[in-house]
Amino acid sequence: MELLRAQGVSKLFGGLKAVADFDIYINKGELIGLIGPNGAGKTTAFNLLTGVYQATTGAIDFDGKSLLGLKPYQITQRGIARTFQNIRLFAELSVLDNVKIAYHSHVKYGVLESVFRLGRYFGEEAEIEKQAIELLKIFKLDEKKNEIAKNLPYGAQRRLEIARALAAKPKLLLLDEPAAGMNPQETKELMAMITWIRQEFGLTVLLIEHDMSLVMGICERIYVLEYGTIIAKGTPTEIKNDPDVIRAYLGGEAIS
Amino acid sequence: MNMLRRQDLKVIAASIAGFAILNGLIESGVIGAFWQFNLIMVGINIILSVSLNLINGYTGQFSLGHAGFMAIGAYVSAILTTNFQLPFLLALVVGGIGAAILGCLIGLPTLRLSGDYLAIATLGLGEIIRITIMNIQYVGGAAGFMGIPHNTTFAWVFFVMLFTLFFIKNFVNSSHGRACIAIRENEIAAEAMGINTTKYKVMAFTIGAGFAGVAGGLFAHCFYIINPTSFTFMASFNYLIMVVMGGLGSITGSIAGAVVLTGISAALADWPEFRMIIYSLLLILLMFYRPQGLFGNVELLDAKWVKRLKGGKK
Repeated sequence: MELLRAQGVSKLFGGLKAVADFDIYINKGELIGLIGPNGAGKTTAFNLLTGVYQATTGAIDFDGKSLLGLKPYQITQRGIARTFQNIRLFAELSVLDNVKIAYHSHVKYGVLESVFRLGRYFGEEAEIEKQAIELLKIFKLDEKKNEIAKNLPYGAQRRLEIARALAAKPKLLLLDEPAAGMNPQETKELMAMITWIRQEFGLTVLLIEHDMSLVMGICERIYVLEYGTIIAKGTPTEIKNDPDVIRAYLGGEAIS
Repeated sequence: MNMLRRQDLKVIAASIAGFAILNGLIESGVIGAFWQFNLIMVGINIILSVSLNLINGYTGQFSLGHAGFMAIGAYVSAILTTNFQLPFLLALVVGGIGAAILGCLIGLPTLRLSGDYLAIATLGLGEIIRITIMNIQYVGGAAGFMGIPHNTTFAWVFFVMLFTLFFIKNFVNSSHGRACIAIRENEIAAEAMGINTTKYKVMAFTIGAGFAGVAGGLFAHCFYIINPTSFTFMASFNYLIMVVMGGLGSITGSIAGAVVLTGISAALADWPEFRMIIYSLLLILLMFYRPQGLFGNVELLDAKWVKRLKGGKK
């Protein structure tokens, strides 16, 4: 079943075409990679899907409904959560609070109920706390739950960002360069974790990545962007042997 | 979960005991008229600084117009009690609601700005409120509004303050309050976590303005006359200093800030020429040695040294 489809999506910044005629579809349960050289428009594509930018032209449908014109928080409420290329944690807050914040769109109690501590407040808060700690356990962060997020080592911050995105209970998880700055060992562990959480949470994942070994290792299908347009798509083996991709990554005419 | 309730009960019991002692001292005349007046001012300033902390400290939206909202509450409630003979409590509530509505209306356009720009916009709007009041003859214009009943007692201030403290404490300890804190920490990430950032910024601004209005109502009924000069931007700065001194994002910090600054300014009342010098020196020293404020963003009962004290007792 198709979960996300973007058709003919373009984004113009003045005269610059950051993304042009971007077509992508993702089926439920798939793990898709989006790769491309620096400045190819990968993050712009992410920002279009999550509502940070509004598409100049084109259509984006998620779960049977259009996402055009929605604000980022509304798109998150529809079921798309993301991480950021440059980590954006709530730096001064504890690890536990970082995750608890992300449950926000699932909280049913109102402002008056929280101020006067009525009705659903205590039950829901206890449930959020329980779920948050379970999630932290999966990411091996439960022992550091009271630590301030900015004091965590880099790899742990990356894991926390994924944990926080999962707390929003998304159907589709967008990961923007999750392995950036990780060493090969950490990348390997991350690969295993992504495959595992995908099965455990029944997630669909779209992944932007520079690290070819990670993308080739776990993605089922790959889209390749260059200068804002998709130049190739297919399985990892097809991508590896695609002359356009080799040209984009290794540089021009000498090879062809 | 139960611990939260038990701690609340303990704090309420301790506050009521504190109130009984202070009230006893006032009744028996140990605390004279001068210090009784200053205790009332401390209470009002606590309401103002804690409500400002919700906007500036928790939600991270730098507002400098708090005295404007206080003025709205002061004038609305004074009109209701003086000209319409309405009960004091009702007048306070209506004054607070009036200030909250205005806060919401002002917040909607201005909270699109951030940082310095928001500070300047709110500063300007606070002044607009004051100057508008100054030009309304119905409320006495620049001469001030006279004949207000003297309704504010220490008991009124104390219990309204306690209500404010619990209201704001419970708000920031809920998912709605966490949404506000998330906006302070990282607005883009907050939005990506499904938080309607505009809604929560305006909500924090509205609640803060509402309690400033209530404090204004209490303030107006301390005197027989209120005057627009009580609500200049210098007053806004004063409350901001209390918040920053106590620690942005700490309710107990704001309480400490209000108590210390009101106390100092009262204690130095006999030496007006030294008052501002000592006051300023104190702030400079504080910013040198504790730029995060007395409490940082930690509550008194969660501070490390308090926990150590508690642990030591056992």
